[in-house]
Amino acid sequence: MKSRYPLRPALLLLLVAGLLLGGCQHTQPLPFRLTNVTGHMPTLAFTLTDDQGKTVSAADYRGKVVLLYFGYTHCPDVCPLTLAHLHVVMQRLGKLADGARILFVSVDPARDTPAVLHAYVNAFDPRAVGLTGSASDIEALVKRYRASFTREPSTGDGNYEVSHSSAIYVFDRDGNPRVLATPADSQDDLVHDLHLLLDTGVAP
Amino acid sequence: MKPRSMTLLLAAGLLLAGGVHATAAEHVHASHAWIRVLPGNLPASAYVTLENGSDRAILLSGASSAAYAEVMLHHSSTAGGMSRMTMVDSLEIPAHGKAVLAPAGYHLMLMQARKPVKPGDTIAVLLKFTDGSTLATDFIARPANALNDGL
Repeated sequence: MKSRYPLRPALLLLLVAGLLLGGCQHTQPLPFRLTNVTGHMPTLAFTLTDDQGKTVSAADYRGKVVLLYFGYTHCPDVCPLTLAHLHVVMQRLGKLADGARILFVSVDPARDTPAVLHAYVNAFDPRAVGLTGSASDIEALVKRYRASFTREPSTGDGNYEVSHSSAIYVFDRDGNPRVLATPADSQDDLVHDLHLLLDTGVAP
Repeated sequence: MKPRSMTLLLAAGLLLAGGVHATAAEHVHASHAWIRVLPGNLPASAYVTLENGSDRAILLSGASSAAYAEVMLHHSSTAGGMSRMTMVDSLEIPAHGKAVLAPAGYHLMLMQARKPVKPGDTIAVLLKFTDGSTLATDFIARPANALNDGL
């Protein structure tokens, strides 16, 4: 398993730079409170369409700490609650929050057009970005993080219900996976861990 | 029998009759009623705390509102890292207890607003119980990123 995600050259450079500077904060693991997934998940990679209708890739978010969340706009309860919590977390980070982005990836691309997503994510936080794309591109991203979703037909007017992974995947400014948060985790822990990433992260 | 005792007896009788015929809705007190408004024509969620002052369990069977084409009673759950939403037929409010419809649990899903609902609006919702009785409740519309009724 380890050889699947070898240490990236950028990270190596960072390690060397840290050693040269005589500092040791980069060589020591950060004292995360949430589930540390450093080195246990693939780096952030995707090509999707953002809520402005522009094609974007993970590279466009390098330099930002990324909070990745899978959901859909016709989810009136859990998705908004998660995004509302993330909004509070961003507010608690103050100015530091500008160094972070919430990426809301729709697992319902048929209904979630860029326009629908734009109105949706902006109702929660100015640092939230809605991402949609082809069903296969979304599926690839979902699989990459071992997340999942299912579609279940519902009664009534052709509507359907979607179940989806509830986790929030946090990546550092270099796109490396660092922690995994679940809705059950406390806001304090997420704020704490984001502080670690935003304080010590490499400037863009 | 003195007229006075007669009156008392009559009053007691009326009270008793009232007790027997009281509907479920008469025993339910609703509070913290709010709606999370989402942009566009997206479905919204409504939340409320229901207290049952009676000796018997009361079942909430659903709701309706003139402001929405459809209202459904739903339950969200998270298990094994997955979140899902399911439709439920009813929700029990235990005797002398309460049922809380709150984010990430039971909620009313409001679909197809007849006209745009904005934060700050008051929306009348008719809560329905299995005995057929109804309770008109005012819900306050809150922004998408609200965490509670704001009161």
